Amino acid sequence: MPENTDAVILDGVPAVAPDGAPVPVDKRDKPRSLWNDAWYDLSRKPIFYISALVILFLIVISIWPGLIASQDPLQCNLIDSQNGPSSGHWFGFDQQGCDVYTRTVYGARASVEVGIFSTLGVAVLGAVLGGLSGYFGGWLDSIISRVSDIFFGIPILLGGVVFLSAVKGGSVLTVSTFIILLGWPQLARIARGAVITAKEQDYVLAAKALGAGHGRILLRHIAPNALAPVIVWSTIALGTFISLEATLSFLGVGLKPPAVSWGIDISAAAEQIRNAPHMLLWPAGALSVTVLAFILLGDAVRDALDPKLR
Amino acid sequence: MSEPTLSKDPESSAATAAEAGAPVVEAAEAAAAQLADREPILQVRNLVKHFPLTQGIVVKRQIGAVKAVDGVSFDLYAGETLGIVGESGCGKSTVAKLLMSLEQATAGEVFYKGQDITKLSGRALKAVRRNIQMVFQDPYTSLNPRMTVGDIIGEPFDIHPEVAPKGDRRKRVEELLDVVGLNPEYINRYPHQFSGGQRQRIGIARGLALNPEIIICDEPVSALDVSVQAQVINLMEKLQDEFNLSYIFIAHDLSIVRHISDRVGVMYLGKIAEIGSDAEIYEHPTHPYTQALLSAVPVPDPEAREHRERIILSGDVPSPANPPSGCRFRTRCWKAEARCAEEEPLLAIPTRFAEVDTPAKHESACHFAEEKDVVGAA
Amino acid sequence: MTVIDDISDVPTPDAKLAPLLEVRDLHVEFHTRDGVAKAVNGVNYSVNAGETLAVLGESGSGKSVSAQAVMGILDMPPARIPKGEILFQGRDMLKMSGEERRKIRGRKIAMIFQDALSSLNPVLSVGYQLGEMYRVHQGLSRKDAKAKAIELMDRVRIPAARERVGDYPHQFSGGMRQRIMIAMALALEPDLIIADEPTTALDVTVQAQVMELLAELQAEYNMGLILITHDLGVVADVADKIAVMYAGRIVEDAPVHDIYSKPAHPYTKGLLQSIPRLDQKGQELYAIKGLPPNLTRIPSGCAFNPRCPMAQDICRTDVPQLHPVGTARGSACHFWKETLGE
Repeated sequence: MPENTDAVILDGVPAVAPDGAPVPVDKRDKPRSLWNDAWYDLSRKPIFYISALVILFLIVISIWPGLIASQDPLQCNLIDSQNGPSSGHWFGFDQQGCDVYTRTVYGARASVEVGIFSTLGVAVLGAVLGGLSGYFGGWLDSIISRVSDIFFGIPILLGGVVFLSAVKGGSVLTVSTFIILLGWPQLARIARGAVITAKEQDYVLAAKALGAGHGRILLRHIAPNALAPVIVWSTIALGTFISLEATLSFLGVGLKPPAVSWGIDISAAAEQIRNAPHMLLWPAGALSVTVLAFILLGDAVRDALDPKLR
Repeated sequence: MSEPTLSKDPESSAATAAEAGAPVVEAAEAAAAQLADREPILQVRNLVKHFPLTQGIVVKRQIGAVKAVDGVSFDLYAGETLGIVGESGCGKSTVAKLLMSLEQATAGEVFYKGQDITKLSGRALKAVRRNIQMVFQDPYTSLNPRMTVGDIIGEPFDIHPEVAPKGDRRKRVEELLDVVGLNPEYINRYPHQFSGGQRQRIGIARGLALNPEIIICDEPVSALDVSVQAQVINLMEKLQDEFNLSYIFIAHDLSIVRHISDRVGVMYLGKIAEIGSDAEIYEHPTHPYTQALLSAVPVPDPEAREHRERIILSGDVPSPANPPSGCRFRTRCWKAEARCAEEEPLLAIPTRFAEVDTPAKHESACHFAEEKDVVGAA
Repeated sequence: MTVIDDISDVPTPDAKLAPLLEVRDLHVEFHTRDGVAKAVNGVNYSVNAGETLAVLGESGSGKSVSAQAVMGILDMPPARIPKGEILFQGRDMLKMSGEERRKIRGRKIAMIFQDALSSLNPVLSVGYQLGEMYRVHQGLSRKDAKAKAIELMDRVRIPAARERVGDYPHQFSGGMRQRIMIAMALALEPDLIIADEPTTALDVTVQAQVMELLAELQAEYNMGLILITHDLGVVADVADKIAVMYAGRIVEDAPVHDIYSKPAHPYTKGLLQSIPRLDQKGQELYAIKGLPPNLTRIPSGCAFNPRCPMAQDICRTDVPQLHPVGTARGSACHFWKETLGE
């Protein structure tokens, strides 16, 4: 891209018409923030709508699973064990004789909850620690960076097995806590880098020259400009955290029955893959589509927020 | 401290009026005579900034220092413009940051009305900041892209609420937009909706908001197109007269510095090589570096290219981490002798000119200072 | 007037030959979210061997875009060349295959960019990068290529070339890096060099060194040089003829002496007047009012009309063509006579 096309587009707005006459207002000259611009870019991407629809659907059924599933996921009958698809039970039954369709629908809730809690936790903890370490530098940066290095060094599955077996809990809360604990360093690194880039900009110097304090500089000048990579990474991470929950549950250290989770169902189905492949297909498919939707959404958001990253 | 007002200071507008009418050299002399009995508003004494070079990850060990600014002294008088010129790496931008207390000086003092601002912090520093403001070089990075123009120009009032009562602020911002030649209706727009020249006007409006006495301009027009540069320079001159501002105008474009400055200092490798009135520096330079710098400027006149004597310096500027001994310019200087390597020339009026009345009688840091007409009759 | 005589002294190639490079009615547009930005709107210029053409303009004037189109390095999309011819040694490069154009690029036409640091590969030594030209294009051995690289570095007067041939780009100063860029452009002895703001990033004292070197080498190799710049001073120092661009069009083209003494277009005149002069000290500078147009919304008629002090009704309706002014120059102004006459 030639270096001056940017200028080309910017250089059009006349300050005051040369003769002092009012300048005709063009629609494109309306106040337009960078967030508006990003939204405009996003709103023209089919991928954004597809992934957003999938995610919206997922959230709706995780709140009201009854909307599309009339049965109780825990009401099972061993007579139906491993039965294939039939009318009224299009996805068939699992080992315990539970309806696969109903369980897949109800399983969304655990995934969404873990995904949202851990992402929120990681984003807040990582952004705050990474942001402070990037902004203040010095010994604070050294400490936070070294601590995050230590957490980086822990293999996530091994850590999960050890930590989650130790706390003996199999709830959404414990799994989310574990993910937050091991997930924040990565976001902290991203936030730290973004803050360091932002703090070297002249507008931060200008604010300092006006006498602005650290709080104002961080909140008004640095945070809004360092937010984009944090948002992008968090969106993609939400998908990977959902798959991490499924993995941990699969390994038997995440959520545990009677909780309903795709990971638990995949684990049960894996043992019976030769006899009843239909048991694996639906929860695994739901998981893949969900993770894919978040990754695609993250990509679309990144393209919109920072066209240069493409 | 005096109450901030938008009115003119009668005392120094007389000086600027005198300059506007009279022929250049006389005006400069008249201004110099006036300066002599005026109290400087800003006095810079032996300002030093060394950036340490460190090695090691955990235990940091200093292995040297980049001597960005190494003993700079000058005065700034009310209502005048002091130009500072020099090539990249000469330390001129670091001087700006030191004056703004954006960097901590390694040594030296900056007296603002008798008070050393390098030692200030907290509330006292904040109070001084109201009187010394800055206009930045790059209009694209000096405005926060996520804030509206109104928020950017209004921010000074958020930080110094005593300057403008809350209900008054929007009106003040609109006034400021009008003062710098922008349509006040643009108050809700974002920086990226403006061109470079317009953004620089926004930056100037922000600098003016607190009614400062001194504005430090760090290359304020070098990022702008030629046709827009003149507009911004005119605006700055107009504002100077209107609000009785003192400018420190840092730039590498010699013709613009000459146009706007009353006095000019030439910097080389962290030191001032020569300082004097604009006519003294441009027409009677005595330091070889100033002479080379002036002769190297391309002149927009093709007729001049055949019969113009150019001093083309060899080599590059040495690293400020390891400056030459003695005179810092000696490695590129055609006059250099053994003495230049041993003895550092001080910035003073050369003894040979001390007793005579000549425009060459101004401070120059060279052992062999002498006149050489490099700009020709221009 | 003696000025005219000077022009005929400029070394010109054999009159029978076509110009080295001739650009005819070139158009370039960019597709942006705000619509189609018309960056270049019908540009004509030509360069002969041994001649320096300066393309002068501000950001957004289309000066760099037109050069990138000549070089064939525009990203397409978003760029598009809807119309035009670029004749190099008589052949239209826009009709050539990708392979043919690649052969011309580097060998026959070379380019020097503003930012030498980002144009050189930071992880390869400069000797390797210079030698690469010979290894790839002429199949020289590593050793011979290195010897050639040292020779080139000598030629662009890099001190201690033999010792520095293994150094990396960041170990050189800005001026030295720009010399390396020049060396790289010269390596295959091209017929035409396009220099896009070659000295803008350099300090004045270094700028003078580099421009002098470029001019000397150009004379030595009898190359054509297209110098793209916004600096009226640099142009006056080295150019033979000038094309002034505004909003994607050439508004004035003329031999260098004429344009400075008697501009024939109000834009050129305004630019020259806005340079601070000694006798204007303490006065307001002349400033062209307003701003360059948005290229998605170029004003009708003459693109300069909203900023022009001489604009009449006709300027708002009719696009001025390049009227011949005297023998060797042209002005795209309805009122070129009046502009000249003042």
